[in-house]
Order: sequence, then C-alpha cells, then structure tokens
Amino acid sequence: MRLIVEHRTRYRFSEPQTRLIQCLRMTPDDTDDQTVIGWSIDVDCDARLRESRDGLGNRQAMLYADGPIDGIEISVRGEVLTGDHGGVVRGTHEPLPPVFYLRETERTVAGAALSGFMVEALAGGADAAAIDAVTRAIHGRFKLASHVEELRDAAATFAAEAATGRELAQMLVAGLRAAEIPARYVSGYRQREGRACAPHGWVEAFAGAEGWIAVDPSAGGRIDERYVRVAIGLDTASVTPVAGSRLGPGEEMLDVALIVEQARGQ
Amino acid sequence: MLMLSRTAASLYWLGRYVERADFIARLVEATVRLDALSATPAGEAAWESALRVTYTDEAFAASGARADQTNVARFLTIDTGHPGSIVQCLDMARNNARAVRTALTREAWTAINRAWLLFNSRMRPGNAMATLNLVEAVKAETRGFEGAILRMMRNEAVWFIRLGSAVERADNTARLIDVKYHLLLPEGAPVGGIVDRDQWTTILQTVSAVTAYRWLYSEGLEPRLVIDLLLTRPELPRSLAACVEETVEMLGLLGKRTGLQGGADRMARARLARMHKTRTPEVIVGGLHEWLSAFIAENLALDRAIAQQFRFI
Amino acid sequence: MGDLRAFDEIWGQGGPDNPREPLAMLADWIAETPREELARRLEAAENTFRQLGITFAVYGDRDAAERIIPFDIVPRVFLADEWARLSEGLIQRVEAINAFLDDIYGDRRILADGVLPPDIVFRNPQFRHEVAGIRPPHGIWAHICGIDLVRTGPDDFFVLEDNARTPSGVSYMLENREAMIRLCPELFRNFRVAAVDSYPDRLHETMRSVAPPGAGSRPVCVVLTPGHFNSAYYEHSFLADSMGIELVEPADLVVDDDIVWMQTIAGRVKVDVIYRRIDDDFLDPVVFRPDSLLGVPGIMSAYRAGNVTLINAPGNGIADDKAIYSYMPEIVRYYSGGEAKLPNVETYRCREPQALKYVLDRLPELVVKLVDGSGGYGMLVGPTASSEEIERFRAALIAEPHRYIAQPTLALSTVPTLTEKGLAPRHVDFRPFVLTGRDGVQVVPGGLTRVALKEGSLVVNSSQGGGTKDSFVLLPEARQMQKMGGMFQQQELGS
Repeated sequence: MRLIVEHRTRYRFSEPQTRLIQCLRMTPDDTDDQTVIGWSIDVDCDARLRESRDGLGNRQAMLYADGPIDGIEISVRGEVLTGDHGGVVRGTHEPLPPVFYLRETERTVAGAALSGFMVEALAGGADAAAIDAVTRAIHGRFKLASHVEELRDAAATFAAEAATGRELAQMLVAGLRAAEIPARYVSGYRQREGRACAPHGWVEAFAGAEGWIAVDPSAGGRIDERYVRVAIGLDTASVTPVAGSRLGPGEEMLDVALIVEQARGQ
Repeated sequence: MLMLSRTAASLYWLGRYVERADFIARLVEATVRLDALSATPAGEAAWESALRVTYTDEAFAASGARADQTNVARFLTIDTGHPGSIVQCLDMARNNARAVRTALTREAWTAINRAWLLFNSRMRPGNAMATLNLVEAVKAETRGFEGAILRMMRNEAVWFIRLGSAVERADNTARLIDVKYHLLLPEGAPVGGIVDRDQWTTILQTVSAVTAYRWLYSEGLEPRLVIDLLLTRPELPRSLAACVEETVEMLGLLGKRTGLQGGADRMARARLARMHKTRTPEVIVGGLHEWLSAFIAENLALDRAIAQQFRFI
Repeated sequence: MGDLRAFDEIWGQGGPDNPREPLAMLADWIAETPREELARRLEAAENTFRQLGITFAVYGDRDAAERIIPFDIVPRVFLADEWARLSEGLIQRVEAINAFLDDIYGDRRILADGVLPPDIVFRNPQFRHEVAGIRPPHGIWAHICGIDLVRTGPDDFFVLEDNARTPSGVSYMLENREAMIRLCPELFRNFRVAAVDSYPDRLHETMRSVAPPGAGSRPVCVVLTPGHFNSAYYEHSFLADSMGIELVEPADLVVDDDIVWMQTIAGRVKVDVIYRRIDDDFLDPVVFRPDSLLGVPGIMSAYRAGNVTLINAPGNGIADDKAIYSYMPEIVRYYSGGEAKLPNVETYRCREPQALKYVLDRLPELVVKLVDGSGGYGMLVGPTASSEEIERFRAALIAEPHRYIAQPTLALSTVPTLTEKGLAPRHVDFRPFVLTGRDGVQVVPGGLTRVALKEGSLVVNSSQGGGTKDSFVLLPEARQMQKMGGMFQQQELGS
C-alpha cells in the first residue's frame, strides 16, 4: 500500500520566545514492512535542522530557531510504501537487546490490578499466541476514547472504562513487562478510511523465538499495511514527536492536523 | 578569552552594590553625627531625608515605625526586610561576587566576605556609638575592596566593577544633592542666605568632600559652592563630573578589549560633552531639581544601554 | 565496636608510645607539639577556609546553609612503597572502568562473554540508553575518577566505592595542603612530601587531550556549574580559577546547529570541552528530565554529533553503581587479564536469595546500603544501630531485597586526631583522584582523607559530621632523610 502522510504541528506562544530548541521524532525508517519513498520536514521560520539517530535507533532531527518567535509550524510530508507480514517486525535498527525493554518507567508502573489481569490473560504463556490473546482481551475490556485531556499512566488507564489507543498501548507495554515479556511503545500513523486522523500508538512485544511482533490493542490484533512505524520508546513520553525547550515567558498553544491517506490512481 | 556576559553583569552589579553599601554607611554616619553630636539636633527631618536619599522612605513608612535615630539607623543598616539596607546591599554584592569568584582575586573576595560577615553576628546596632562603629567597619571593608580592585590585573573585570561603581555613585550623589538641597533651602529661601553649617557639612561628609572643599574654595561654606563642587569638579571622585568621566573611561577600555562600540558608548560620551559645558549658576537659575531629575533619568537609561550592549540579559 | 582492634596508621597497634617505625618522627611531632599550639593552628586554618568561602550546604539543614567542613591538623601519611602499590591498583581499576564503559555502550563483549548478567545492566536506570552508540574521543568516559578506599592493616586496602560521575573533594586536597604548608612548615622540612599542586595543570591537560577532533590546536575548555547556590560551588570556581578557564552556568551556554557556544560580552565563542558538574538527569531537558532548569537544552545533541566533549561522559553511573560494584573484581579481571590489585570489600547482593538469608541472619554485624543511595543516607551500620533500626531494615530488606547490598563491618584504620579531649584515634577513609586522558592514566600523589570525628563512628561523610585531613604521600627518599636526622636533631640543635 502506498500511504501519504501530512502532519502539521503548530505552536503559538502568548509572548515571543528568544530561542527554541526541539527534538523531532517524526522521521520513519525503512524496515522489511515499509519503504520510505520521500519524506520532508519543513519549518515556517528561519531554523536549522540537524539529523541523527538516538540510542534506541530512532531517527531524530534537532531544530534550532532564534527569536523573537511568536509561533512555529512544523510540516511533515511523506510517502511510504507498506507491506503486510502479519505484524512480525523485521529489518529494524536494533542497537539494544530485548532485555532492555523490560525496564520500568514512571508511566509504565503496572500495579497489582493490571499485573493480575495479565497473569490471567497470558495463562502462563509468553509466546506470540499469548501476546495476541492478551491484546484481544484488552480490546474487549475497554471502550475506545478519541481524546483525553491529559494522557494517563498505565495503572490509571487500567482503572478506567474508556481509554485512547495510545493509553491502551502504553498500558499493554506495562502489563507485558510486569509479566517479564520485553515490550515497547511505538508511535506512528494509521490510515483509516473516512475517519479523522490522530497520531497513533501501538506495541511491539518480544515473543522469544518469533522475535518482535507488533500488536495494536485498540484494534485488537496485529498491525498490517495501514500502519507507518515512526519511533519506538519505553513509554509515550519518550517518543513525543516534538520534545522541546524554549527560552521565553508565557503560554504555548498547540494545534495538530494530520492526514494519512492511500495514494490514488496508480 | 572574552568575558562571559553573565560574569560582566555580576561584576557590574558587584560594583554597584558595594558602592551603594558604602554610600549608605556614609549617609548614616553623617546623619548620626548631625543628629547626636552637633549642638543643634537635626531630629526626625534629617532621618526622613536619609530615607528619601536612599529611596527607602516608602518602605520605612510601611513599617509604621517613628523616624527617629534608632529606628532609621536600624532600618538602613541591618534590616533584612527591604533591599535598601547595608546588609542587603552587601548580601547582593556577595552573591554577585560568589557568582564570579574566578574573576576576582582572593583579596577582593575576602574583603566582600568580611564585610558581609560583619553583619552575621549583629542583631541590633544599639546606640549612636555602636552604629558609628558598625558603619566605620563597613567603610573600612569597602575601602579594602577598592584597594583590592586597584591591585587587580588591569582587565575587563576591574573595568566592569568600576563602571558599576561610577554609575551607582552618579545616582547617589545626584539624589543626595536633590533631597538635601530642598530640605535645607525650602522654596523661596534665597540661595546664599544664612546656612546651617552642620547641615551642609553633613552633605560634604557623606561624599568625603570636607577637605576637598577647603582645598578648592577659599570662601566659607556656601551652598552654591557645595553644589558646584558636587556637580562640576572632576577632582572630587564622588562629583557627578567625575562619575561621568569615569563612565566614559571604563566604556572606552572595554570597547578596546572587545573591538566593539555600542549605544552605551555614544550615550556616555554625549553626557560627558554636555557636562563639560555645564555651569553651576545656570543650573541653579534653570532649576536644580529639574536638572538633577533629568540627570538621574539619563543615568538610568545609560544603565539599560550598558546591559543591552554587553548582553547582560 | 572493636576500636582496640583498629589499626592506627601512625601509632600502629601499639599506641602512642610505640608508633610504626617509619613514622616515629611524625609521632614525636604529635607528642611534642603542645596541644594549645595545635589547636591554635587548627583554628587559623578553619578561619582561612571560612574567609575563602570553602563551604558546603547540608541538605535539610537551612541554618547551616554555609558551613565549613571541619579540618584536622594531624596529617595522614602514606609511605612511598605503600603509595606505589596503591597507584598500581588504582590505575588498573580506572583502566577497567573506562574499558567497561566503552564496551557496555558499544559492542558489549563482556555480556556476550557471560561475565555479568545482562539484566543488571539493561534494567539498571544508570544504564543510559540516551548515550548508547556514542563513542567519546579516544574512548575515554571516566576522565576524573575518585576511588573511595578503606584500610584495615599496613597492607590491607579495599575499594569501598568507585566514583566515575562527578567526584568532588579535590579542592579540599589542595586547600588542606596550602593550609598545612603555611601552618606546619616544619613538617615539610622534615618529610619529603609529594606535591599535589600540579593537579589543576594536569586536569587542564587531560581536558585538552580529549577535545573533539575538530577543535583545533587550542580547544576552549570550560567548567560548567549549576550555579553559585550549589553546595560544591566553591570547588567549581576553584578549579576553573586554577586552570585559568571560564566557569560557566547553563544560561551562559547556547546550543545552535549542534554546536555549543558561550555568550560573551563580544558575542558567541565556540566551546570544545566541558567539565560539567551537573548530574546526567539535569544536563539536557530535551533528552533527560524535561523539568530540569539547570540544563543546557541541546547539549546532548552536540555531544552525540561529536562537536563537544563532556567530562565525565554521561552514562558513567553504570560503572559506579552499587549493584555493579560487586562485580568489579570480575570486570577488572576481564579487561586487565589479571587479578584486581585492589580488592573489593566483600559484598552480599541481597537480590540473591542465599545472600539475603545470610544478611538477615547477621544484621547486627553488617553494614547494609541502598543500591541507589549516597552520602551515608539509607544506610544501616549494624554494630552501632539500635534494635528498632535493625528491625526497620529487616522489614525493608524483605520487602525490596534487590535494592540493598550488605558488607561486613570493617575495622577501619584510624589516624590520631585532635579532639576536645586531646589526641585520639579516629576512623578515616580515603579518596584519591585518578585522571585519564589521551596519553594514559595518572594518579595524583595525595587525595582527600575524610575522618569520622565522633569517637568510634565509621561514618565519614561531611553531611554527617565528618571532617578532613591532609594526606601526605612520602617520596622514596623520605627514609634516608630521617636517618640523617630529622626534626628531633634540629630541635636539639636549636634549643
């Protein structure tokens, strides 16, 4: 499938900023499942961009802009050719071994309730089948919310009735780790016909001999060719598309517009 | 190696705060002498004017205390509740000095630290004698600091400290003349009328100008001559003319070091040119208060220009 | 607590009248200098320290925001041959620490070879994935190490702790020496003491030697301090001053286009090497803690791009972590190919069930430490603890065994110390400083001796009532000098 992504992020500041430094994790990498045909990041002010790869293997770009800045718009546009390998992740850049992804973070403390749920849903398994089962179980247990004011951590998400796709993914990551299954959070895009788009998140879990497999708890199963993988991390905080620091007073307002669609006419 | 902007800012403010602490010490000393030691006690009016000179009259009024010697002397020396006391100035000076320890010699730093330590164990200045002892000790330490600065390498560290001192001193002297002159010569009183010797001596004492006055003027103590001395005589280090000259000199040295000139240089040179043409009688006829107000405002503008030119913020 | 068994480094086991033979002259000096004279000199030294502002802040103690660390006038002495052996051990250990860091953030051969359990590295928050894949210039990570040592006998030294992040205390080594030279000049006439005052030059040279390749022949080096309200600010400014380089605060630095600049009165200047005294967590809010106000946004990006060298390298915590410490003998053996010349203190990892059982059975005899604690907090000293304290630790150990290690209580060596009741032995530890640059590893002949001023106490931390002493390292000729006639004879001649 040929997917076109247009992702616009706009910050406006109540007072002009003297300086802006941001880390953009908005650039997908080639894997066995996806080939990036074209990708560009444009900024609407005088800024310097420096690309590199972080310790987890993600591609990132540092953005440096001098003030006074009232606002900044970051426009990402690209095309990706995707395939479907049943959610088995291959061809990724893996600088760290799976055991690293057992590490707990502030947002992925499972808590007793989630840990108990996992034990039951996994039924002693740690293979792909068990991971699929637990993904289905979570899908069945929660109503899907399209928006929350502030993203909740794993334990708080488990206590709720409804959660966003990203919250569910982070919660599943926490649950899998509590069961000693390496798991990581993936941020990226998902194409859905006729639906409003938002940056999406899902899970990659390490299923022993089967390697890393990608599951989406908000869809209840493996990912397919409608997904574009951008960055991996230990939780939602570590893969924020725009992580930044600004020098200046005042408030900031954020506005995101996203379109992911299938390229037409070929 | 070029100096860090933050270091420059700290040195500049170090210079300002030490100068301010020294000035308040002199003002308190002179006022105590006037009030307690002269034949005719000056009373609360003298202490109220001391508060106005140091911009602390409103803060003091808010405390609700009576403006007598005990209260005002305490307020101006050891009170930590407002920024205008000696102890607070020394605290700010020391904070700035700590932030630039590497730019100072040990001698300069220890002078500041010792002055600061003077207040560590002292809760009340007590009577007039104790107050005089305290301000005498402060003066001794600030003199020690000035000496240490003179012995430091002639580099931009020294120039920024002296630039700060010069800008601060200009403000202090201008303010002193403005407040005292109006207190001593109420509207309508003829210039050159009968003067209270003790009162005018107070002004000269505050700016260490008693001897200078005798050297420069053969006449007896006359208000117009005191004004002339404090405004236009560059021989007196605390005169406005001397401060204006020193500001230009320090900025010139810094400009040579950085190879850059800016708004502060232009403003300071223009001020010096005007100062050279200033004649005291014309100032008095034209309105001394208006002239001093304009001078104080321009000094503040120069302070801003310095901060901008050297990227203090 | 077995104070009688403790080895005294000057008096030996025999007490004041029967000192260790090579140090007889020092014992005489201690015995013959009047107490009042020693006390007077001590006071003079402390006054100087106060005036210089060599102070530190104690956490949670607002009144004592600026206190000096107590100083003791009686020096601690290492004989030339003792020091030679110690140095060898220190160099071997620091070489291993650097090799380990370069390996663990790079190829991870040590894990492939099964020397360490991988989870102890990867699940450890001190392993910073943010620096994985970065290789600092010349593969050096721990440019400045402080290795904490304890001693139990003439030849028995043990490593208590490695400090590979931002070890502090070197300013005390230098200032204590200055004070001793001024106040006790006779000691330096009669002992050939190795000089420590070259430390700033050596440090500066070390910094220059690890500048990034693009830095040019005169790299710009700076010391980065969190600010003058930091408890170790005096040391930061002291080091910058004595190296003749800028002391910068985060606000002085700007990262642009992956290059670090400092803001000067005439514009920006490119910075090549930063000795940073800010912890990893606070170094860069874009990469580490986003709420850090102390950091320099973008500095890690400049570091990753190879445009600036950070001293010490971020991520070093994985080498001096208490959980890793217990594997140090294996780590040293793995990289050096020989046995560790400086042994560890025997350590029980409470994460291992057998060790936990052993520890729980012997709590009153052991010292128990939090794996991630520091400064003497979160520590149980069994022999001096109350039974309530012991029970509190027992519960904590059972609840979270993986957070603790335990060690036997050592009979730490003592050095005579001036107390209110006269001279008495007090327990000491020692932190030598080891520098690693492009051209190799060097140990400065001296260090920081910390002394527990309370009788019988084993806690030397300054935040808990510890003090410091000067540490003399004697040059090899010292013995000869003594035979030719030391202070004793001079005094006789003079009187």
